[in-house]
Amino acid sequence: MSAPLNHTPLFDLHVDCGAKFAPFAGFEMPVQFPTGILKEHTQTRNAAGLFDVSHMGQLRIFGSGAAAWLETLVPGDLTGLEPGRMRYTQFTNDSGGILDDLMVTRFDDHLFLVINAACKTADLEHLNAALPRELTIDVLDDRALIALQGPTAAAVLARHANDGVATMPFMSSALCAVKGVACIVSRCGYTGEDGYEISVPADRAIELAELLSVEEGVGPVGLGARDSLRLEAGLCLYGQDIDSSTTPVEAGLVWSIGKRRRRDGGFPGDAVIQRQIKDGTARKRVGIQPLGRAPARARAKIIDPAGDELGEITSGGFGPTVGGPVAMGYAPRDSAAVDTLVQVVVRGKPLPAKIVKLPFTPQRYFRG
Amino acid sequence: MSGLKFSEDHEWIEVDGDTATVGITDYAQEQLGDVVFVDLPALGTELAVGDDVAVVESVKAASEIFAPLSGVIIEVNEDLEADPSKVNESAESNGWFFKMTIEDPSELDGLMDRDAYNAFIAKL
Repeated sequence: MSAPLNHTPLFDLHVDCGAKFAPFAGFEMPVQFPTGILKEHTQTRNAAGLFDVSHMGQLRIFGSGAAAWLETLVPGDLTGLEPGRMRYTQFTNDSGGILDDLMVTRFDDHLFLVINAACKTADLEHLNAALPRELTIDVLDDRALIALQGPTAAAVLARHANDGVATMPFMSSALCAVKGVACIVSRCGYTGEDGYEISVPADRAIELAELLSVEEGVGPVGLGARDSLRLEAGLCLYGQDIDSSTTPVEAGLVWSIGKRRRRDGGFPGDAVIQRQIKDGTARKRVGIQPLGRAPARARAKIIDPAGDELGEITSGGFGPTVGGPVAMGYAPRDSAAVDTLVQVVVRGKPLPAKIVKLPFTPQRYFRG
Repeated sequence: MSGLKFSEDHEWIEVDGDTATVGITDYAQEQLGDVVFVDLPALGTELAVGDDVAVVESVKAASEIFAPLSGVIIEVNEDLEADPSKVNESAESNGWFFKMTIEDPSELDGLMDRDAYNAFIAKL
């Protein structure tokens, strides 16, 4: 028997909105609303979508030297972060594999971390096992996380918030009141669009979500469209596109490893990762565009024209903005060049596909 | 007697003499969500009851469609290739999948009428 599912602070609102639910990482999460995944997806690309991502873990690390210490667990440059700026990075293991990917924001007296729902327990054990006495971890399980994503997100949020939310650049974060509610507002997301993730006290979450959702052009979006949006944007899903057997180099995430960290190392698996950056990897993550109409989904084999296996699709489906099937997966280095013709095996049938550049849809972040 | 027949796999079957038109029910399209691709059988495919005959892909997942009767595929709805959303818009009319011969009319007796199907989905 499985454990009962958790509910996020927004659960009752989702029920009222007619959501269809599915279990995800121990939570009963909305997969779609009555408008449907296609419309939720397009709404986010064209106007704005409101997402409940409260299943994700939020925590703070207090104490002097927190950034330098966390650098011993991740390859991202954290000591070089200015207060109010954030970084995408990964917890790595001794072979350079990815234990989780996360966002780290530096504030004056602490770091604010957002980690994957399914990795919460393992991440906390990993952090606590190495935590020096002068640092403390504060798990924020009394907060919801709401994402407002899309080209009109900034205008919408600016109507309810102070502190210049509209002009804060991508990958920055601020403690900020939204209609009087103390929030952590971060300009980031998982859709490829401009937008925010708003950390809000659990008891004010419904109020805030309702405030934003009644705005013209804003609609609720479930995990279904969240997945198609991030896939078109070429963003990795932990457990699917990256895991403990893939390194940040294989996954095409070297951009997230700062120059100093590449040179000096000092994180788990540093020797492997430094060597891979220098010599390349046997395989790499690529975009794959099936040339017909049939979607090729995760675990479909990628083969070469002779029928030999090249690798596997790790995420795949229908891209509503692309208007056709989109996928990503791993291919050997010599088959990973853009425009290489391959085949993907769908229900036993090899279908033509080609390697394409990621993302499928342009990322439209606000860089100030 | 006219009217559609229904299978427990959420297909509707319209009988016209010795041929049948087959699609998925409105209930099925509602459960699937936005349909983005329908993989239809080749003309001339010979089927026994329960054989895999088509696949309908929604944004979320792929679902197999099983042959509700034994027979041979004689026509497929080519409009679905250009516009699979017809399955959502009119599952039980323009969103039909294929037409097939009816080899054994007695197999129709195993199908439900509208009332029986409504009672069947009410219990799901």
